[in-house]
Amino acid sequence: MRINWVRAVGLGALVTTAATVWLGLWVTPPDRVQGDLVRLLYIHPPVAFVALYCAGGLAALSSLLYLWHRTRSLFWDRLTAAAVEVGVVFCALTLATGSIWGRPSWGVWWTWDARLTSTALLLVLLLGYLALRRVSADPEVRARRCSVAALIALIDVPIVHFSVDWWQTLHQSGTVLNPELKLYVHGSIAWTFLLGFIAMALVFTWMVAVRYRIEVLADEVGDEELEISLAERRAEGAPDDAGLAVPEPTGGAR
Amino acid sequence: MLRDALLVAGKDLRIEARSRVALWQVLPFALLCLVLFAFALGPGPAALRAAAPGLFWLAVLFSTVLATQRSFAIESGEGTRDGLRLSGIDPAGIFLGKAAALAVQLALLQVVLFCGITLFFGVRLHTVWLAVAASVLATVGLSCAGVIYGSLSAGLRVRETLLPLLVLPIVAPVLLAGSRAWSAALVGPAASGTPWLRILAAFAAVYLVVGVALYGPLQEAS
Repeated sequence: MRINWVRAVGLGALVTTAATVWLGLWVTPPDRVQGDLVRLLYIHPPVAFVALYCAGGLAALSSLLYLWHRTRSLFWDRLTAAAVEVGVVFCALTLATGSIWGRPSWGVWWTWDARLTSTALLLVLLLGYLALRRVSADPEVRARRCSVAALIALIDVPIVHFSVDWWQTLHQSGTVLNPELKLYVHGSIAWTFLLGFIAMALVFTWMVAVRYRIEVLADEVGDEELEISLAERRAEGAPDDAGLAVPEPTGGAR
Repeated sequence: MLRDALLVAGKDLRIEARSRVALWQVLPFALLCLVLFAFALGPGPAALRAAAPGLFWLAVLFSTVLATQRSFAIESGEGTRDGLRLSGIDPAGIFLGKAAALAVQLALLQVVLFCGITLFFGVRLHTVWLAVAASVLATVGLSCAGVIYGSLSAGLRVRETLLPLLVLPIVAPVLLAGSRAWSAALVGPAASGTPWLRILAAFAAVYLVVGVALYGPLQEAS
């Protein structure tokens, strides 16, 4: 029997996410400083990680591979589109979860911090990509244009990453991906934290795979609709042509 | 490549000099922005003076969108884009040429806008070199980003609405760094403006390189 790996990944995502929720809400202890607020951090960093590095990295890689003439194929273009669209969801979730965490711990929903601002900018840039993609054009033309737009938009990803090191920000620097690569969490909190990353990465993979499939099907439907409407036009045209060629006998002039 | 760039820039600037669209539409629009900002903030000179650098760069950004649209509108005539593509000019040369023409227009616009903020908002320039350096770097960055996105949306039916959505978030760092550098140049201390110059220089360098590298595939796509 052939394994449906998309479904398998989906199942894995479901199980790991459920396990993260269970561990995060019931098993792990409250933090000494943050109390129960720490439980949001099993979700926020993994979501941000996926938005920046998984979605951003995949989109940058696939748009580069599309632009490079040897690997040019619509596969990469569709993959970029899927990664960016899922990236938009995760980027918005990053801002939302961060905002929910920021209100009780910083006292504000939003602050003009370098990391927050650059992440918000990334969201707008990715939305711009999606707007450009919705403009109908020849698939090859659209793919090339969108790949360039994706690459330019993704210049913001390293800026978001390094923003906490370059500027003095309210947002803390990396808990895992810091310059010293030192892990600042331990024990059951660390394991749940790690599981959160795995869960979100699986959710991302599943969503991209499904989104890619939708993209392929949408293109197929578009082609079929074109064929059908072409056939309809031809069918419309046929009797008219006949009518022109052989004028119907009119019922006798006076 | 540079000779090609000069040819393209010369062509664009000659068209502008003869059609005067930039002079009679983009420039008044930029000044209008300043007046509208003053209406929004009220007539208090202190508030206007404090906001002047930000408003100046906001006006420059909005005008960049208009000037970019204009720069690609002149290519939208019957087969002009194909003509340019078939002329055998290096795509990087076309990119540099169009960016240079846009940069010249933006530089002139900034001179006029500066007179505008001096007149309307009553600001005085303390550190001339800082303001000039920030303007030059920002102009290079803005015109390169403008030409890349102008070409991305060229030939699309929705380009008027799409271009601002694509360009404005991209050039947001210029607004930020330009305003900070200018407020350092206007009220001092000058030293607080130099880190922002580095951001402007990095922005200009990135979009110059991206434009030169990617204009070929982009042009094929339009």
